[in-house]
Amino acid sequence: MRSRWLMFAITFIAILYFYMRDSLVTTSVIGTAITFGLPLAMAAMVGIMCERTGIVNIGIEGTLLVSSFVGFFTASASGNLILGLISAVAMGAISGLLLSLLAVTWKMDQIIAGTIINILATGLTSFFYKQGHTIPSTFPEVDIPGLSSIPFFGPVLFMHGPLTYAGIILIFVLWVALYKTPWGLRSRAVGEHPSSADTAGVSVIKLRYLNVAIAGAFGGLAGAYLTLELVGSWDRGFSAGKGFTALALMIFGRWNPIGALGAAIFFGTAQAVTNQLMITQVVTIPQQFTNMLPYVLTILILAISAGKVRAPAAEGQPYEKEQA
Amino acid sequence: MSALLELTNITKTYPGVIANENISLSVTKGEIVALLGENGAGKSTLVKAVFGLVRPDSGEIRIKGDLISAGDTAAAIEHGVGMVHQHFQLVPVMSVTENIILGDEPRKGIFIDKKKAREEVVALSKRYGLEVDPDAIVEDLPVGMQQRIEILKALRKDVDLLILDEPTAVLTPQEIEELLGVIKNLASAGVGVLFITHKLREVMAVADRVVVLRNGKTAGATTPKETNEEGLAQLMVGRNVVLQVDKSDAVKQGIVLSIRDLQANDDRKHTAVDGFSLDVHAGEIMGIAGVEGNGQRELVEAICGMRPRLMGSVLVDGLETPDMQPHKVHRMGISHIPEDREKHGLVASYSIEDNLVLNQFDQPPFANGWIRNSNALEQNANTLVEEFDIRTPSIKTTAGALSGGNKQKVVVARELSQNTKVVVAAQPTRGVDVGSIEFIHKQLVSARDHGAAVLLVSAELDEILSLSDRIAVMFGGKIVAILDGKDADRAKIGRMMAGLAS
Ligand SMILES: Nc1ncnc2c1ncn2[C@@H]1O[C@H](COP(=O)(O)OP(=O)(O)OP(=O)(O)O)[C@@H](O)[C@H]1O
Ligand SMILES: [Mg+2]
Repeated sequence: MRSRWLMFAITFIAILYFYMRDSLVTTSVIGTAITFGLPLAMAAMVGIMCERTGIVNIGIEGTLLVSSFVGFFTASASGNLILGLISAVAMGAISGLLLSLLAVTWKMDQIIAGTIINILATGLTSFFYKQGHTIPSTFPEVDIPGLSSIPFFGPVLFMHGPLTYAGIILIFVLWVALYKTPWGLRSRAVGEHPSSADTAGVSVIKLRYLNVAIAGAFGGLAGAYLTLELVGSWDRGFSAGKGFTALALMIFGRWNPIGALGAAIFFGTAQAVTNQLMITQVVTIPQQFTNMLPYVLTILILAISAGKVRAPAAEGQPYEKEQA
Repeated sequence: MSALLELTNITKTYPGVIANENISLSVTKGEIVALLGENGAGKSTLVKAVFGLVRPDSGEIRIKGDLISAGDTAAAIEHGVGMVHQHFQLVPVMSVTENIILGDEPRKGIFIDKKKAREEVVALSKRYGLEVDPDAIVEDLPVGMQQRIEILKALRKDVDLLILDEPTAVLTPQEIEELLGVIKNLASAGVGVLFITHKLREVMAVADRVVVLRNGKTAGATTPKETNEEGLAQLMVGRNVVLQVDKSDAVKQGIVLSIRDLQANDDRKHTAVDGFSLDVHAGEIMGIAGVEGNGQRELVEAICGMRPRLMGSVLVDGLETPDMQPHKVHRMGISHIPEDREKHGLVASYSIEDNLVLNQFDQPPFANGWIRNSNALEQNANTLVEEFDIRTPSIKTTAGALSGGNKQKVVVARELSQNTKVVVAAQPTRGVDVGSIEFIHKQLVSARDHGAAVLLVSAELDEILSLSDRIAVMFGGKIVAILDGKDADRAKIGRMMAGLAS
């Protein structure tokens, strides 16, 4: 708890300091931080929704990869971004259903089930990948009238593409749903002590299926955001480890959507700052080292938060009635 | 009138055991049926089948005439069945309120109406005289409190058939009275009740009919009018049971366990043990009498190194035991039968064999240096299973698969087989059948006769009275009086426990 607040406080003071020194660059860096952090936050939501109901999902990486792939090539073939978005979300949901089938119905070890999804995603996308395809454009930036002209906050928060807004809103929706609605209470109960939920008339299996599928759709949205809004292209290994980083952020955020969002933005800031330093050549570090940064940070984050957090108690265990 | 619940030829087998064999049973509206049987007789299995938590291999379950498919909990709930589970079905990290409303939450739009939920819990707790703190987190609560939550959860819904699987094992005497009253009221309002207990007095007090299971089969049926407690005990165990403990006079030796000015807090950081001093001699059973919640639990935990000692010390043979190091405390000669066997007594996923050596697995003969000695482990397990009559298909069975009372016997067997200098026994016979109570009592007496100092904490005043050589009455974290076991007067102790006289 303490380390988390400390980190936020330091970040905040740092931003204030830099903003006073050079408002233009600071604004752009923080804007970029959101751009970098958001897909990670959305991917972390996939993990949160699954693990809160007791399913470990290490297949997020695969979900991102395959849904961005399907989204990009659908958009490319049809020339329609919306169609691309829909197909990406659908693909994400399908990957979630596959995980449910393996882990919930067949009670397969969930780490293996997630690995299968990752391998399938890498294999299929590499196999079907064709070079030279493009999409006409990415989702355009939509400036929110009025709000976008507030200094600092305007450019940072209100000058983004539609999927960015959708992602941020959905993260808050998920947070509210998880802690304020019957669905959230039941989901958390299923992840902590499934037989209690079962004896209260909550179907453990149905809820796990539902949540893992919705989580997959969320991953699909993250995939669509990456390719159709942020980058505008697709290449082999496109997801670049974001699905794994997201798991670390989920843990650092204590399986709480807002916590994970905060962690992701912090992470994005670190990346944006490094980029800025590279561009302005204030420091010259070999690129190999800056590319390592996300991974080093992931390890650091996990090391800081390890031992202090408690995962949902039933995580990773298939539910069997007779054990009740 | 057609039966509310109609079970026909229910059979359920587990690897190596037939838990239920062709059991038929019915409950009609407004009837209280007591289900009796030894530990492992198959009572819980049978009622779990009714509630859809166990899928019987064969047989038919009809509720209000409708056939219920095996393992369909939702259908059972829809048909108005409520159940209090022996193994609590509570989410540890959630609040009392959240646990009670789970599955049927009061709503405001799409949200949970938290205010209304809390009010509902408060009202429910008042109405049935079972006090709970609606905002407490379940895992911080003692078992007695958890039991109340489990009961309130079932009473909240307007059920037509109420199944109670040992609801009274951890309640205080007053709470039991209240609950029995509630059960009677519900029955006169037309609810059918299926009631499992090991306390024969309760059966005599409320049951209309008694059904007895033995080794998974129906062993007989009777009514309280036709029989008495001895008769019921005999029907359950199949032999004569001595409900009275017979023991010789204590041969008191030197002081072994010495508790000096001990002070400890409860989980909410309020003083629970408040300057407690007591000497226990080798060869005596010292009983601690007191209304639950007067610091007994904290006292036991502080002695055994499981709860910080804020002040004072605990000495064994004059040597000070370390604070907050249960393993070292045990090494110094204090064995401990914990009141919460699921949490502190067993590792549910380990075999019985391993559970029987949990606190000495690294000692010879169970290990030679780094290597475990499987022969010694097996031999130890076989001996204890035999001696303590632990009903299990095999010593390799996981402890989690045992019936409640047999789990308790595993803990008792482990702790009493080590011939330690001190035995701290907290609620040692909770949830065990009459035959086994007799047996555990004999074991405690024999530990005493072999020179152990026994500190017995029990919510059952009868147990304290019949076993103790001396009785310390505890109130508000302190000892208010120490009496000789022989001339202890029930009424007088009762008054002292309530903090009235001294
Ligand atoms: N999940 C399980 N796996 C294997 N065996 C089991 C399981 N549950 C129960 N059993 C076995 O079935 C038998 C009946 O157990 P059950 O829990 O119904 O007994 P019970 O009559 O409720 O006893 P108690 O009074 O101790 O609670 C026991 O031999 C027990 O070991
Ligand atoms: Mg039972």
